[in-house]
Amino acid sequence: MSGTGLPGPAWLPAAGQARGAGALRAALRLRRTRIGLALLALLTALAVLGPHVAPHSPAAFIARPDSGPSALAPLGTDYLGQDVLSRFLSGGGAILATAFAAALGGVIAGVALGLIAAYARGALDALVMRILDVILAFPPIMLALVAVATTGPSTWILITAVAITTAPRVARVTRGAAQPVVVRDFVAAAEALGLPRWRIVISEVLPSTLGPVLVEATLRLTYAIGLIASLAFLGLAANPNGANWGTMIQQNQTALAVQPWGVVLPITAIALLTIGTGLIGDGIARAFAGLDRGREPG
Amino acid sequence: MASARSGSPERPGKVPAGTAGDEARADPPGAPRGPARRARGGVARFLLRRALMSAAVLAAVSAVVFAATEALPGDPAQAILGRSASPQALAALRRQLRLNRPVLQQYWDWIAGLLHGQLGMSLAAQEPVTRLLADRLVNSGFLVLVAAAFSIPLSVALGCYAAWRRDRAFDHGSSIVLLVLAGLPEFVVGVLAVVLLATTVLHVLPAVSYLAPGQRPWSDPSALALPVATLVIAVAPYVARVMRASMVEVMESDYVEMARLKGLPERTVLLRHALPNALGPVFQVIALNLAYLAGGIVVVEYVFAYPGVGSALQAAVLAHDLPVVQVLAMLIAGVYVAANLAADVATILVTPRMRGQL
Repeated sequence: MSGTGLPGPAWLPAAGQARGAGALRAALRLRRTRIGLALLALLTALAVLGPHVAPHSPAAFIARPDSGPSALAPLGTDYLGQDVLSRFLSGGGAILATAFAAALGGVIAGVALGLIAAYARGALDALVMRILDVILAFPPIMLALVAVATTGPSTWILITAVAITTAPRVARVTRGAAQPVVVRDFVAAAEALGLPRWRIVISEVLPSTLGPVLVEATLRLTYAIGLIASLAFLGLAANPNGANWGTMIQQNQTALAVQPWGVVLPITAIALLTIGTGLIGDGIARAFAGLDRGREPG
Repeated sequence: MASARSGSPERPGKVPAGTAGDEARADPPGAPRGPARRARGGVARFLLRRALMSAAVLAAVSAVVFAATEALPGDPAQAILGRSASPQALAALRRQLRLNRPVLQQYWDWIAGLLHGQLGMSLAAQEPVTRLLADRLVNSGFLVLVAAAFSIPLSVALGCYAAWRRDRAFDHGSSIVLLVLAGLPEFVVGVLAVVLLATTVLHVLPAVSYLAPGQRPWSDPSALALPVATLVIAVAPYVARVMRASMVEVMESDYVEMARLKGLPERTVLLRHALPNALGPVFQVIALNLAYLAGGIVVVEYVFAYPGVGSALQAAVLAHDLPVVQVLAMLIAGVYVAANLAADVATILVTPRMRGQL
């Protein structure tokens, strides 16, 4: 972190990258970031390895519906007589993969739109931001609900809908972080050198927005997981009977009094997952802000 | 803490608001103030402009809703009736939905109907949407009001107290708890509440909020307890963090420093000097609460089978009941936009130094 404490010369574009790397190292030293990463790693491992260690097929009939723990079904059966443990072990992949894809797509689109708006300024900036305002006028889950109302949920519609709700929020943050950068001398210098505009945006402007964008991206991942899980809980998963933590909670909620495992396991997993990504985002935010504060006296 | 402010969920400027006035807020603070008479005209002009902008956003929202439900590739009649539908049934439904008109004509007729209060017929219930939703609107409105009555004071108080005890034990403790709660999806909070209080650990509250037809929600407070608690827990943490961040900003300002240096007691500093200037953010917090509650009822009503517009939307989406989906989407987006408009206006009106920038 030693080199990053001093403000570099105004034309030095590498400062943003060095600062980003320093902040990420600082974030890794925070306990909350480590706990968050551990939770995320644990649940990702569960989602990836779970289907391979599940004792039964998630769709196989094992014993009487809603029966308690037995030798065959260690945590009992669900409302259709399927093994709760196997469905839990197989049910994380659908949510995690969809949510990661949606968050990634939304962040890439949002960063691109935010950079274009900040760099172009003027009419294009205003146009992009007004279009994004329309998307922001929907509560996040509404857009997905409207999108699946006609054709029913498919993985691609879910990913696209959640990515579309994600992008404007990322774009606002990116634009805000890029606005002070595009007027700096090193951008003008690159323009004077005749570099193509997309290269200027990517190599000169983008690195300086890294901190806020990373924080926003982890926050958006948290919300994407929540949205995808909520939609599955509302009965809107791509595969309505597939093993999926959100679907499991919906299907087993009515039998909660006799067979709590079918709800308690998936809900704990989703809670730990969103807590993990939330802690990571907060750790990164604190590290970047700590660097900013370190520069000012007091 | 400054760090928390750059942690995104708490930046007041980054309101998830369709109409949140970023241009008003993006201007540098302390821009020169015009003479009083001009400022008055400025306020009226500002109100007009912001109202027009919200109307434009709503018009665009209606186009998005219409496009997503009817103009997307794919045949709505086929989607509603399923693959095994007979050609006669499909033709009849297309006639009923009047899908044979040009798309723009359909859109125009739909908007004209909405503006005249003709909301169409529900396909699933074969009833006018108005009759289907009247009771549910009352139920949801009451749920949102009760939840707001708890979550607004709670989030303001939590945020202020954490800012006042900044970097002390309460601040650190509450920041972790709020961080954890803010990321949890609403249904996770709701179902956990059911597990803890209704079915598995304790058995003190009903797990579903069943209302008999015609029964009003205020006749059975215990049925409301869990949905309200879930909404409050889902909404208050986020908003409390916004409140804390703006309160921290106010308390770091020069005039609060000045009041402290004059030797005023901390209570006076907080209540007389800091709080009035944090009022603008409070209005924003109220609007944020309402906007989030409008979105949150979709999932929370479904968790508790509460007969409101949120659970109606879920059922309509599953049944491909497009007229109901369209009306509810417009209604919820309308509340969302209106809440954000109100927040913008109130923020400008209670913050004299921002009026100069109109």
